[in-house]
Amino acid sequence: MMNPMSTQIKISGVNKIFTTADKEVIALRDIHLEIPEGQFVCLLGPSGCGKSTLLNAIAGFALPTSGTIVANDVQVKQPGPDRGMVFQEYALFPWMTVEKNIAFGLEIKGMNPADIERRVSDLLHMLGLQDFRQRYPKDLSGGMRQRVAIARVLALDSPIMLMDEPFGALDALTRRNLQDELLRIWSELKKTIIFVTHSIEEAIYLADRVVVMTYRPGTVKKDILIDLPRLRDPSTTAFNNLKRELSLLVMEEQQRHHHDEMKLGAVD
Amino acid sequence: MKLKWREMGSGLVVPIILIAVWQFVTAMEWVNPQVLPSPWAVLKKWLEYASPLTPYDPAAGSWMIWVFSGELLRDTMGTMYRVIIGFVVGAGLALPLGLVMGSSSRVYAWFNPLLQVLRPIPPIAYIPLSILWFGLGNPPAIFLISIGAFFPVLMNTIAGVHHVDSIYIRAARNLGASQSTMFIRVILPAAVPYILSGVRIGIGTAFIVVIVSEMIAVNNGLGFRILEAREYFWSDKIIAGMISIGMLGLAIDVAMNKLNKHLLRWHRGLEN
Repeated sequence: MMNPMSTQIKISGVNKIFTTADKEVIALRDIHLEIPEGQFVCLLGPSGCGKSTLLNAIAGFALPTSGTIVANDVQVKQPGPDRGMVFQEYALFPWMTVEKNIAFGLEIKGMNPADIERRVSDLLHMLGLQDFRQRYPKDLSGGMRQRVAIARVLALDSPIMLMDEPFGALDALTRRNLQDELLRIWSELKKTIIFVTHSIEEAIYLADRVVVMTYRPGTVKKDILIDLPRLRDPSTTAFNNLKRELSLLVMEEQQRHHHDEMKLGAVD
Repeated sequence: MKLKWREMGSGLVVPIILIAVWQFVTAMEWVNPQVLPSPWAVLKKWLEYASPLTPYDPAAGSWMIWVFSGELLRDTMGTMYRVIIGFVVGAGLALPLGLVMGSSSRVYAWFNPLLQVLRPIPPIAYIPLSILWFGLGNPPAIFLISIGAFFPVLMNTIAGVHHVDSIYIRAARNLGASQSTMFIRVILPAAVPYILSGVRIGIGTAFIVVIVSEMIAVNNGLGFRILEAREYFWSDKIIAGMISIGMLGLAIDVAMNKLNKHLLRWHRGLEN
C-alpha cells in the first residue's frame, strides 16, 4: 500500500514539438506537474492548448519530445493497462458485445474465465449495464457506450484513469448523470483521474484540482485546488465565483486562439 | 405481410409478360423451334433434365441416391464441388497474404508490383496454361476458379487492414494487447466487412469461371451440359441449363447474404 499522499504521476520539464512540412508547432512547453494518488485533476483550456497532447503523452501514445513522465514509479515509454484511457469517441470494439468489450483487457491479462465472469458481472452492475451485456455497441446510446468504455477501463483495476473529453459528445442531462456516476465510482475506488475538458463548469463540478492551460505553446497558466464539498451545486455563490475566475483565464486563451485562426484565414 | 404479397405480385408481372410474348412468338411459328423453343418445351426439358434417368429400383440403392441420380443434380453437385474447392484454395491463399500485406509495408512492397501485373489478366486467359499444366478434368478447372477468387479476396483484405480505424488500435494498445492479440482480435474483425465484400466478388467470379472451365476442360457440370446440348441442337436443353445456372447463382448469392448478415450483425451499416 502506498502512502496516501504519494505521487502517482510526475511530469517534469515536458516539451512536445510537432513538425509539419513547413513549420514547427510547440504543443507543450516546460510542463511540470505532480499529481498525488487519488486526486481528480481536470486539464482545462480551449482547443489547441495541448491538453489532449499532454494526456496522450501520459497514456504513452505520443511520447514527449523532451522531459519525463513517471507514472506508478515507472517512466512512461508506451501505452499500458496501468493507465486506462476513456476516449471521447468511446472506442468500443463494435464486433464485441458489451460483456466482451469489458472482458477483453482481462483476457489479455490472462485472468481465468471464472474470475473474468465475476469481475464483468460486478462492473455491469456497478454501471447499470446488466440488461445490456449481450448487446453490441451499435445498439446502445452514447451515454451507455461511454458507461461500457468506463467499465472496460475499470476492469483493468489500474490506479490511473485518463479521460479525454469523455462526455463531450453527450447531451446535458446524460452528461450530468455520468458525471455523478463517475464521482461515485471515484470516491468508491480511489482512482487517480486526469480528465481533459473544455467545459469550465464540468471542471469545477468534478475536480479536486483544475489545471488551466495556455493556447500554443501549451503551458500551465494556473493550477488551482477546488475545495468545495461534493456533490457540488453549480448555483452557489462559491461555485460561480470560481466559474468567473476560470472563465476569465480560459477566455484570454480563447482570444489568442481566435487571433491565430484569423491570421491563418488571412493567409489562406 | 399484405405488402409483401403485393411486392411479389408486382415482381411477377414482367416475367409473365415476357413468357407470354415468348410463347406467342413460338406458337405463331415465327422462328424455327431449334433456334427458340417454346417455354413449354423448355419446362418439359428441364423436368426431364432434373428427374432420375431410371425408375426407382430399391435393389439398386437407397431412395436418396436415386433422387440425386438425375443429370441436373449431378451436374449441379459437380459445379458446386469445383466452385467450393477452387474458392477455398484461392481465398485460403489470398486471406493470409492479404492480412500480412495489409499490416506490413515491407511485405506489401515485395508483392505489390508483381500482383499489379498479374491482377489485370482475366482468369480466362489462364486457360491455355492451365490445360498445359494440369491436363483435362477437375485440376485445371479448380486452378482457374481459384485464380478468379484469389484477387478480389486479396485486394479487399489489404484494403480492410489498411482501413482499420486507428482508435481501435489505440484502445487495444491501452488495454495491453500484444501483437498477436491485436492482429487476431482487433485488426482481423475490424477488416471483416471489407473481406466479406471481397469474398462476395470472389464467389461471383468463381461462378463465372466454373462455367467457362467446364465448357473447356471437364465433361460434366452445368457449363459442360449446355455446350454439349448445343452440339445436338437441343436449344430447349441449353435454355433449361441456363435457367439452372441462374438459379444456382441466385442460391449462392442468397446464402452469401445470410452469412454476411450473421457475421456482420454487429455492424452499424446493417441496422434495420
